[in-house]
Amino acid sequence: MVIWSIRRLLQAILVVLAMTVIVFVALYAVGDPVKIMIDPDATQAEVARAISYLGLDQPLWRQYLVFLKNALHGDLGQSFVYATSAMNLIWQRLPATLELACFAVLLSIILGLPLGIYAGLRPDSVFSRVVMAGSILGFSLPSFWVGLMFIMLFAVQLGWLPSGGRGPTVTVLGMHWSFLTFEGLKYMLLPAFNLSLANIAMVMRLSRAGTREVLQMDYVKFARAKGLSPARVVGVHVLKNMMIPVVTVVGLDLGSTIAFSVVTENVFAWPGTGKLIIESINVLDRPVIVAYLIFVVFLFVLINFLVDLAYVFLDPRVRQATSS
Amino acid sequence: MNTTSILSIRNTDTPLHRFVERFFASRVASVSLFLLILIVLAALLAPWLAMQNPYDLQQLDILDSSLPPGDLSASGGTYWLGTDDQGRDMLSAILYGLRISLGVGVGSALLASMVGTAIGLIAAYAGGKIDAFVMRVVDLQLSFPTILVALMILTVLGKGIWNIVLALIIVEWAFYARTVRGAALVERQKEYVEAAHCLGLPWRHILASHLLPNCLPPIIVVFTMQIARAIALEATLSFLGLGVPITEPSLGLLIANGYQYILSGNYWISFYPGIALLIVIVVINLIGDQLRDVLNPRMEK
Repeated sequence: MVIWSIRRLLQAILVVLAMTVIVFVALYAVGDPVKIMIDPDATQAEVARAISYLGLDQPLWRQYLVFLKNALHGDLGQSFVYATSAMNLIWQRLPATLELACFAVLLSIILGLPLGIYAGLRPDSVFSRVVMAGSILGFSLPSFWVGLMFIMLFAVQLGWLPSGGRGPTVTVLGMHWSFLTFEGLKYMLLPAFNLSLANIAMVMRLSRAGTREVLQMDYVKFARAKGLSPARVVGVHVLKNMMIPVVTVVGLDLGSTIAFSVVTENVFAWPGTGKLIIESINVLDRPVIVAYLIFVVFLFVLINFLVDLAYVFLDPRVRQATSS
Repeated sequence: MNTTSILSIRNTDTPLHRFVERFFASRVASVSLFLLILIVLAALLAPWLAMQNPYDLQQLDILDSSLPPGDLSASGGTYWLGTDDQGRDMLSAILYGLRISLGVGVGSALLASMVGTAIGLIAAYAGGKIDAFVMRVVDLQLSFPTILVALMILTVLGKGIWNIVLALIIVEWAFYARTVRGAALVERQKEYVEAAHCLGLPWRHILASHLLPNCLPPIIVVFTMQIARAIALEATLSFLGLGVPITEPSLGLLIANGYQYILSGNYWISFYPGIALLIVIVVINLIGDQLRDVLNPRMEK
């Protein structure tokens, strides 16, 4: 199993390395940052100085090696636009994205779980059917469209919630957080709900299916026969056993929630990494684009690795397969 | 139900007849199919249906800019869905936008299905190292969210209809490959494939004429669903400004163009293209759902 873990780790490192090559080489082929960054009135000497300062006069492979060496030190280059390092920019914007994504995942559990359990307990009620039909929409509608509808309805027509931006934040541990004040929560509610819609639908479907399955089990029948209250049967015996797939999927989904926040952040002007990457793509701020892509790939490979590892620890069948 | 009656005169128990009958058993699916045909016709006939060519600047009247739905134009026509900030009739813009959205969605799904099916079939048939390698790549790609992969590709390639089609193909092929491989692995065990082997048929012939037709039902279901996904993803990417160029606006880009006017109350510039997008995606999904129920033998009651 140790050998398996090491092999899995090497594989993960290989994927990250391969992605750095792809991202670096591919982005090298796009556009000429010199033309964008340098004042068109600059003299020849100034242009040459800027090129050598940015390291753009070196051959591609040497640029890549320099880049890789620096990346291992946590330095992914200087932003062409902001006078700071690309990684710095991402670290600055990351708390906003993480806060939004975590809040969205939390919402998906708070809303999806009870709705799904209810639909599982009473599959034929009108409410359950409406909710399940709604979950199909949650999957299939493009989230930016739903976000726009939210803005039209709740911000423009009803005026209950702000249409975008992050609003006031509280600084704790050197980072800005929205969830600590009521005003901040108001700004976070619409984008987080928007981001969580697909997750809500998925948690709902999983918990409905899980509830229906668990209800058939002998131990539930036994608990009922023992005379336990329905609340206890559902709250303890059903809930505990149907949570396993839900927890797995929600954990795995944190990564894709962060990826999809690119869309939500741009709809709601939420100042996170997703807004940063789109802005950077528009001005061809190459180091920031590279840093973002590599950072997200790294995050994903890490999450997948941890989930695989968790499976091995939790599921004896998988453990058996890896040791042979 | 005209098709059903015509078919029943010829032969009442062909697989096609059973399929058609069971598909139209659902009223929701029938209505969806009818709507989809209308939408496709509207998109195809856009140059004749639309009041103006929304991208011919000479046909636009700046005096008609930002009119609410139902207002009359200076030349006497009615802007049923209002106009945008340049005096463009939104209904015409939506009809032309549908062409791009549907074209990109169907085109990318078709090409991706070909690539993915070929790779999936070969992987299942070859087995061994080739199969393991292909599936490793598929798993790896499916572990990344589609939006991220598409974002990466478009960052590198830049805007453009063909670039977004290429990005969608790269994103989608893995779904087909996995589905087809699963179906083909099951089919490969069956006697008819063994018989074809014994007859000494070349492997390309066995793949194309024996395995492929029997793997079609799941491919058709995935294909339908992927069209809807492709249209939604294209709209999202265009909304972010990474998709189609401004000269060939899809529904997503129309929505993006109206985005800035939402806050000033000119909701219709974004709202109606959004409704069109919503109808297209929901209708295709409903058809796909019904196809899955009809084509999946396990669902037979």
